[in-house]
Amino acid sequence: MNIHEYQAKELFAARGIAVPLGRVATTVDEAVAAVRPLIEESENPVVVVKSQIHAGGRGKGRFKEHPDVSGVNVVTDGIDGGIEAAEARVGELAEQMLGSTLVTIQTGADGKQVNRLYIEQGIDIDRELYLSVLLDRATSRNIVMASTEGGTEIEEVAANTPEKIITEEIDPGFGLLPFQARSIAYGLGFEGDTLKSGVKFLQGLARAAVELDTDLVEINPLVVTIDGEVMALDGKVAFDANALYRHPSIAALRDVTEEDPAELEAKEHGLSFVKLDGDIGCMVNGAGLAMATMDIIKTVGGEPANFLDVGGGADKGQIAAAFKIITADPNVKGIFVNIFGGIMRCDTIAEGVVAAVEEVGLEVPLVVRLEGTNVELGKQILDESGLDLVSATDMKDGAEKILELT
Amino acid sequence: MSVLVGKDTKVLIQGMGKTGRFHTDTAIAYGTNMVGAVHPSRAGETEVFEGETDHSGVPGRDDTYRVELPIFRTVAAAVEATGADASVVYVPPPFAADAIMEAADAEVPLVVTITEGIPVADMVRAKRYLEGKPTRLVGPNCPGVITPEECKIGIMPGYIHTPGRIGVVSRSGTLTYEAVYQLTLNGLGQTTAIGIGGDPVNGTDFVDSLAMFNTDPATDGVLMIGEIGGTAEEEAAAWIEANMTKPVAGFIAGTSAPPGRRMGHAGAIISAGMGTADAKITALESAGVVIAPTPTDMGAATLEALGPS
Repeated sequence: MNIHEYQAKELFAARGIAVPLGRVATTVDEAVAAVRPLIEESENPVVVVKSQIHAGGRGKGRFKEHPDVSGVNVVTDGIDGGIEAAEARVGELAEQMLGSTLVTIQTGADGKQVNRLYIEQGIDIDRELYLSVLLDRATSRNIVMASTEGGTEIEEVAANTPEKIITEEIDPGFGLLPFQARSIAYGLGFEGDTLKSGVKFLQGLARAAVELDTDLVEINPLVVTIDGEVMALDGKVAFDANALYRHPSIAALRDVTEEDPAELEAKEHGLSFVKLDGDIGCMVNGAGLAMATMDIIKTVGGEPANFLDVGGGADKGQIAAAFKIITADPNVKGIFVNIFGGIMRCDTIAEGVVAAVEEVGLEVPLVVRLEGTNVELGKQILDESGLDLVSATDMKDGAEKILELT
Repeated sequence: MSVLVGKDTKVLIQGMGKTGRFHTDTAIAYGTNMVGAVHPSRAGETEVFEGETDHSGVPGRDDTYRVELPIFRTVAAAVEATGADASVVYVPPPFAADAIMEAADAEVPLVVTITEGIPVADMVRAKRYLEGKPTRLVGPNCPGVITPEECKIGIMPGYIHTPGRIGVVSRSGTLTYEAVYQLTLNGLGQTTAIGIGGDPVNGTDFVDSLAMFNTDPATDGVLMIGEIGGTAEEEAAAWIEANMTKPVAGFIAGTSAPPGRRMGHAGAIISAGMGTADAKITALESAGVVIAPTPTDMGAATLEALGPS
């Protein structure tokens, strides 16, 4: 589960991890009202207006409705014009940004609507660095990853200058030890008071990552201010969905407007669904088989419209819900149901498909491949239903048949 | 011969809820030697299983079964009373890592964890706890382990398997069924099929499984089924290149998966350009693994890897 930058910074601040002062705004008035207290408290006439969406690349992103406006704007009008000038400029920006569609490298061409802004104090930056905490799957441990190359994508740094990446492993029994934090801090070139503030920052962050069950904490850039303080200028935090049950306050941070409505509905029915761009809908049991079904559709020359795993123990109602979610996508020109019955019996699937078609109708071709437990009974149910469907002998046959029919 | 489990394996169940009970019943019907259950509040009771066996009508084998499974308060007590050498975990996600660690503390040699949805941090801690202990973990989030006609630990349908020559190791459940069934239909059969699970932090990996199959005299070749996410397949490729003496066939799921999206399994995600299907296929092919172009071809790819007999 992802959260917004401002939410991440609130979590950081509550754990003693230094962040700039900021206020969230959902209206133009709130945005304007944030300016005076920020400037007065920080004694810095500069403020930054940042779009809050669950996607990176905001600074380089532009609004569809206002192609000259960036997703992140530094407002310097307060330097010469005072607080009123800063307020006027923030109001103007908020007017353009709120409700508009921001397109970044991560949003895709459709972009994302900006519903919230984060108004933040300006920071006088000395150096920009990179810091993250994430799982190293090869060792089954979390690691702290740092680099002197802040502001650039870490993938780029890893590819071009891997020697500039510093890592330390977090032993789950001990946490990030002080000498490990110092080692990272030395690697980032921290000295004097910055070293102290950096070590505190690193240990706080490693502790927060473990305590909050994060999948990823990424701070890019991490900055050293001209006063030598270490601070998170940005913050991206993703949580382990399987651990949310023990963090109700984190679960409450979820912003469903950032999620695909079809994927949300699928989740409510206990289905695993990912929307894709193609036109052949798939319904499969098991994640591996569902992926392989998408692959085989592509191999025979088609494009899958979705990934959909109904799981190992789906009932008739879930099958019907899955069917409805697939048919609700206007791009879908055909459906391929691919089931290898194990615990999930083929007759259950067949009954679910029949019930769903009776309820929502079927306007596109349907190919069904059943194999495994109670396969004959399943086929019999489909045959006797009078549904207009095509049976397939195996996965490849099914993929080819649905492609022919669409 | 086989790996990990056989007809003499004595199996405990941790997590006798509705799911655990159902799969214990199917395991006994298959012929698995289930010896006890662990439940903190039901110690001293017995759970009765009876019915018709899967091999009903086969000469020399029982047509029906009736098993009274004793329930113990702790894994240690169950091991002491039954001599169990394997455990299967169906415990719900919040408590599953604790169940794994309890089994390791009781020095159960093999712990097969079926549970899906265990928090990553719990598994990180459990794996740290297992370090230096004699326990081998399989899973979590896996279908289990089966040696056909001897021992079935997990949720896979038994009847699609047949004793034979191929070791199967896989990160996916139903895709394993697909593979196993193809090997049954083309006559190769299986020595043992190991589901290593779809989570980012798991116990036994591809390399461990390949090493076991490499030294198992009954295994003539291996079929490995991987998917996007992580680098376990690349590590397997390096190991195969350096050590494997038997032919290996493979399939990798997720060539069409978009980056940054989790495809059902917690571990099936391409992140930061790492873990793509193409990178895995390239690594395995360069190690001499015969890759099935589609899942329909997994059995055929295994035949091809074995070469003319």
